[in-house]
Amino acid sequence: MTEPEPHLVVVGASLAGLRAVESARRAGFAGLITLIGAEEHLPYDRPPLSKEFLTSAELPSTPTLRAESVLRQELHVSLRLGAPATALDTIERTLWVGSDPFHYTGLVIATGATPRMLPGSEHLAGVHTLRTVDDARQIRTALDAGARTVVVGAGFIGSEIASSARLRGGTVTVVEAMPTPLARPVGDEMGAVLASLHERNGTTLRCGLGVEEIEGTDRVEAVRLVNGTRIEADLVVVGVGVAPNIEWLADSGLELGNGIECDKTLQTSAPGVYAAGDIASWPNPLFDTRMRLEHWTIAAEQGGVAARHAIDPEAATAYSTVPYFWSDWYGRRIQFVGIAAAADEIEVVAGDLDGNTFLVLYRRDDRLIGALGLEARSQIMKYRMMIDSGATWTEALQFARARAAAAAAKASAATE
Amino acid sequence: MKITIDTDKCTGHGVCESLAPEIFEVGDEGIVHLLTESLTDDMRSRLEEAVAECPTQALSLEG
Repeated sequence: MTEPEPHLVVVGASLAGLRAVESARRAGFAGLITLIGAEEHLPYDRPPLSKEFLTSAELPSTPTLRAESVLRQELHVSLRLGAPATALDTIERTLWVGSDPFHYTGLVIATGATPRMLPGSEHLAGVHTLRTVDDARQIRTALDAGARTVVVGAGFIGSEIASSARLRGGTVTVVEAMPTPLARPVGDEMGAVLASLHERNGTTLRCGLGVEEIEGTDRVEAVRLVNGTRIEADLVVVGVGVAPNIEWLADSGLELGNGIECDKTLQTSAPGVYAAGDIASWPNPLFDTRMRLEHWTIAAEQGGVAARHAIDPEAATAYSTVPYFWSDWYGRRIQFVGIAAAADEIEVVAGDLDGNTFLVLYRRDDRLIGALGLEARSQIMKYRMMIDSGATWTEALQFARARAAAAAAKASAATE
Repeated sequence: MKITIDTDKCTGHGVCESLAPEIFEVGDEGIVHLLTESLTDDMRSRLEEAVAECPTQALSLEG
């Protein structure tokens, strides 16, 4: 019996999927590659959708990552767009899109996640989540019409939408069920600090009150909170988190939990099958903890890693990373490297928390585990490298103080 | 081998710096600049990674 021709199938045609096919070709893979996507669009970049896509003067085009000709002719990728994968048979090594089978020798699953909606509001016009470019177009159209906006959920996506809506000049209210926003990604104290950016920029923020009901018959009219407060709205954007798209894998036999359970090489419980991006849960050796992250950088890195491992499983190595995410609010860049969970202490090492720029470090035991910057672009990545190399808390503080002293000397030289 | 930074696209994330700190650095003005022009072949894989991981696709590698 002859060996089957190598065929890398990548399911999920967003950032991780694109990186997977590019990375496989860069690694010299000469077999077939098929890229399968539920959306009809070519792979496009999602971060702009809550930012420039909503605020730019001209209606923007879809932020496509690669031209179709690059995918088909340069990367020799067979595209199957506009229909989701529906089933996986790991014994026969076959992925199904409806009634069409795709036999693979290696598979990368990067089917992402779907935003959670508020139950009972699905039928109302004017209520949206933001994940796809089609969602973004509808939200933009509402903002064009001068919508009074209510954002449900003060996480990063909700906050970016609020910022964009505010930059467009409308009235914006953000409602958050938790007493402090962003407690999980950046901790309670810094969550409150970031949230203050809303009030400072004219957006109303109400925390600690859940939504009782979205009112309206065909179209949204108001958001009613659990304490009876009623906020009139023409546009409601719900940003209360996402759920990984694993339903289609229910009968696959893959080990599922919070996403797809992977090992440290991103391999799933089935040989030859790897996962990447929002859907992948893996033990990050650097922090000795299991993670499932919904960050751009994670999707980009994991897409490449999963593909290289899928085409050559014997060469697979542990994937370890210092998570990085960013968010742009009111024209300011927030950046976070590392993890905030279970930090014992935080320390402000540059700027001040009431100002327009700061840098905060996070300690656990005697290690530096995270850093949060507001407009601290020239500093933040130094700490990503320090976290990666296992820097101690003392080393991090010494480094920060040396930089602060150098910056002060520079500033004083400039004024003399 | 030549690396080019599109300064219209770069917004100073610094992912490239974290991958290859001897080549890239985010300056005080908030965008990336090159620390060296002399690139050697042993840097190739990290440069390719920096290009691929750039959140704004501001880097390109020729040669």
